[in-house]
Amino acid sequence: MRVLRRFLVRLLNFATRQSADQRIREEMAEHVALQTEENLRAGMSPAEARRQAALKFGAADAIREQHHAEHSIPLIENLLFDLRYAVRMLLRSPGFSFIVIATMALGIGATTAIYSVIDATLLHPLPYPHPSELVRIEANLPGVGAHDVGFSIPELRDLRNSGIFQYVSFCFFGTDTLTGSGQPTRIAGGTVTPSYFAVLGVDAQLGRTFDPHDASPGSNGEVVISDGLWKRAFGADPHILSKSIRIDNDLFHVVGVMPASFRDQGQTSEQVSTELWAADGFSDRAPPMRGSRLVYETIARLQPGLSPEAAQGHLDALVASLKKQYPADYPPQAEWTFHLTPLAETLVGNVRQSLILLFGAVGLVLLISCVNVANLLLARASARGREMAMRQALGAARMRLIRQLFTESLLLFVLGGITGFAVLFCGRKFLLQFVPESLPHLNDISISWGVLAFAIVVSVAAGTIFGLAPAWLTSRLNLTATLRQEGRGSSGSRRRSRLRHVLVIGELALSLMLMVAAGLLLRSFWDLFRVQLGFNPTRVMAIETSLPNPNDPSTDIYRTATQESVFLREALRRIRTLPGVEEAAVSDRTAIPLGHSQNDRRIIPLLREGPEAQSSQPPLIDTSIVSPEYFHLLGMTLLRGRLFVDQDLEATPLVAVINQAAARMYWPGKDGKGEDPVGKRVRLLGRLGRARPEWTTIVGVIADARTESLADAGTPQIYLDIYQRPAKFLAFYLRGQVDPATISAQVRTQVQAVDAELPVFHAETLNDVLSSSLSVRRFSMEMVALFAATALLLAALGIYGTISYLVNEQTREIAIRLALGAQRSNILKMVLRQGLSLAGAGAAAGLVGALIVSRLMAGLLYGVSPTDLTTFAGVTIVLAAVALAASTIPALRAMRLDPITTLHSE
Amino acid sequence: MKEKPDVLQGTLALMVLKTLDALGPQHGYGIARRIEQISGDVLAVNQGTLYPLLLKLEHEGSIVSQWGASENNRRARFYRLTAAGRKQLQTETRDWEQTAAIIARFFEVKAEDLA
Repeated sequence: MRVLRRFLVRLLNFATRQSADQRIREEMAEHVALQTEENLRAGMSPAEARRQAALKFGAADAIREQHHAEHSIPLIENLLFDLRYAVRMLLRSPGFSFIVIATMALGIGATTAIYSVIDATLLHPLPYPHPSELVRIEANLPGVGAHDVGFSIPELRDLRNSGIFQYVSFCFFGTDTLTGSGQPTRIAGGTVTPSYFAVLGVDAQLGRTFDPHDASPGSNGEVVISDGLWKRAFGADPHILSKSIRIDNDLFHVVGVMPASFRDQGQTSEQVSTELWAADGFSDRAPPMRGSRLVYETIARLQPGLSPEAAQGHLDALVASLKKQYPADYPPQAEWTFHLTPLAETLVGNVRQSLILLFGAVGLVLLISCVNVANLLLARASARGREMAMRQALGAARMRLIRQLFTESLLLFVLGGITGFAVLFCGRKFLLQFVPESLPHLNDISISWGVLAFAIVVSVAAGTIFGLAPAWLTSRLNLTATLRQEGRGSSGSRRRSRLRHVLVIGELALSLMLMVAAGLLLRSFWDLFRVQLGFNPTRVMAIETSLPNPNDPSTDIYRTATQESVFLREALRRIRTLPGVEEAAVSDRTAIPLGHSQNDRRIIPLLREGPEAQSSQPPLIDTSIVSPEYFHLLGMTLLRGRLFVDQDLEATPLVAVINQAAARMYWPGKDGKGEDPVGKRVRLLGRLGRARPEWTTIVGVIADARTESLADAGTPQIYLDIYQRPAKFLAFYLRGQVDPATISAQVRTQVQAVDAELPVFHAETLNDVLSSSLSVRRFSMEMVALFAATALLLAALGIYGTISYLVNEQTREIAIRLALGAQRSNILKMVLRQGLSLAGAGAAAGLVGALIVSRLMAGLLYGVSPTDLTTFAGVTIVLAAVALAASTIPALRAMRLDPITTLHSE
Repeated sequence: MKEKPDVLQGTLALMVLKTLDALGPQHGYGIARRIEQISGDVLAVNQGTLYPLLLKLEHEGSIVSQWGASENNRRARFYRLTAAGRKQLQTETRDWEQTAAIIARFFEVKAEDLA
């Protein structure tokens, strides 16, 4: 308390220092004057009277100063002095200040920019209360290699009653068609169990969310809509809660409107911007048996205070007891387990690695900027050697000098940070354009207070680390030597020049690491870009539509494949008549090559005829439903058997086409050479528009195509005929010379001529789909390449500065050599050798670092080994060339030195 | 040399308070003169140290000050004891008297008294 009080008084004094000091001064003068008067009255001469008064009073200035030191805060006062001096120094060499501030602005601005992306995606992915309680639950069957197989209704009940969770919810996201007024609109909609909003912990702004204890087996007819949809489609109608809306031909009652700030959880930006949620109990979607699993995303909120690890332990116990209770449903060889993941981790999974790589890369750029600035500070230190020596000679303490130099460099770093932040803040709109749209939480990226705090902390930390060492070395000098040496460069700078060399070598090493990373990413990207697709995307356009999916099957006019085929054939016939269209086909939307995210795949258990027909744990396979024209339109090659033909109808035996990967994996033959799968029969379990899974005959095998992922050619696929198995979410394909701007409207006219209730949306050329599937890769590659280029530039500046400095220091020596008859080419060689030896040391250190970095980023590479010799060699050559070029300029200057003038001027 | 100001600081504050208590509002010179008259040479030199002390006492709330006119019509700052200052004076007087009494008894004691 006392200390605090004294400090406060001191602080107050500091603020009112001027007046207190003034007052003491006045009073003291007054005192002396009174004493003098009295001495005069006592008969002294005026001079003597003054002298005696002053003697009696004592050393007024010393008393004042002592009082001042006792009652104020000299640290802050000195800091203000230092700051004032630092600003003056900064203004006195504007060129130097500009370069330092610009370099730091670049480093800190870029780091802060990437941090703001990371802040929105990795650090705060869940804008809900107590986000750490949110988890995603998966059921896995590692014994049969099946992942995320979903939950059956009894299992869901077990989870809810386990006491581990507050709420558990199923959810799935797709598109719904909102009809009623004007154009049928397709909106991103979710179907969720009524506990969904209770899991997220968010309430409605108008009305209510669903009752989490609602036990309706299927849809209860309630929907909640987003603020955006409310404003857009219903004009922010305050009476919306009393109205019904029609979605996929079903009537729904709007019970609530979510707040404007609410965003759904999800991995894709489409999912995050879901606008409508329909409540559904899900329990009518599968028989209440343990084996009938529903593959939906399952999220839950843990009981308060329960860590995910502890919850996983409870889940394991639950699994063990269920296995004991129902041994027939959970055969031991399937190794049924539950796996719990914090929701925040699942949302950013696939970009996490890219973002961390970017952050690492930008961190290296920042480091190089700092090193560069430290180098510049050291260079200036030699110029200020005399000033420092003079100050020390006049009695300045070393600590005091360090403090002042440190204040100067800290000021430069912080100004750089502020500039970088300001540029970032002003340019944020412009910069956001470069972020790929597929990045989750793109809309949450903002320059917030947290980001500002980050920028400040980084600036101060960088300033402290990289400002202190130069300050230390600058203030450390041999007084007499420096003072005697009249501007000839100081001999006490050996330690400094050694440090400068180390810094330049470090800079070169770091930029080599970045360039290797960029080179490897570039090669991966290039390989992916030029990969043999196995299908031909040129001049192909995909346009989506979706058929109504009413809850009551008897109201569905597209219930059977025959009913749907009438619509499909007519729509295709009409689309083919459009100008420029050469071919048309249709499929379900999961068959759009590369056009969907990983969790949008239709993965279905595949049961082969034969001994394993009764297996309860069949392997899973990617399934697409396509029309016969699909393969020809996309240029996929038939290897064996036949494709679908017009004679394959609902009434005829079911047929399927598989790709080579599926043939290899599921019909490997006894000797592993492969047996002919054509003619083999399989059963596909799951909801494919048929109540009972029937035998499906494989009629053909096509070559593998990279329709699932560019990086992976061998995903097993099975294709089914759309005229035998109806699908709700459709994509039409058009090949030909069409105008992308108008084709969407033309197709819409034709489709709606058949059924006016259908939405037509999302027209995209397959080439666009292809390039957007590469967008995150391209983004990280471009950014790393940009950072690498920046790093190279900074390193070139660094080596240029160092060699120039060396040449300056050796001017005299070079002049003497020249005067004694040295060849000018020898001088050139001498200087270049110095540059190259720095580059060589830097490259050696950098190669070691690059090996470590490339191994860490192996997961992001495609088709190129992390130790790719070409990349490493190429990058090293580039670095050497740049270093050579940067040292050539000062080397030429040294070569052209005129010995007479130089030696005279010394 | 170093110890003298310390002792002085403690006793000087008490002297200032007592002076103000006895004489009422005074300016710095008046206080200095009064202390000089009574204590002889304690303040013979370094009268200046009085002023930081006055400032400190004012910060502590024992005294308050304001500008006024001195006897011969010069501008001077007058100091006055506050209630808190009076209380402090009482406490310190008592403390001082106790200390003095104890020390005095020690000085009175002779060897034979302890035998």
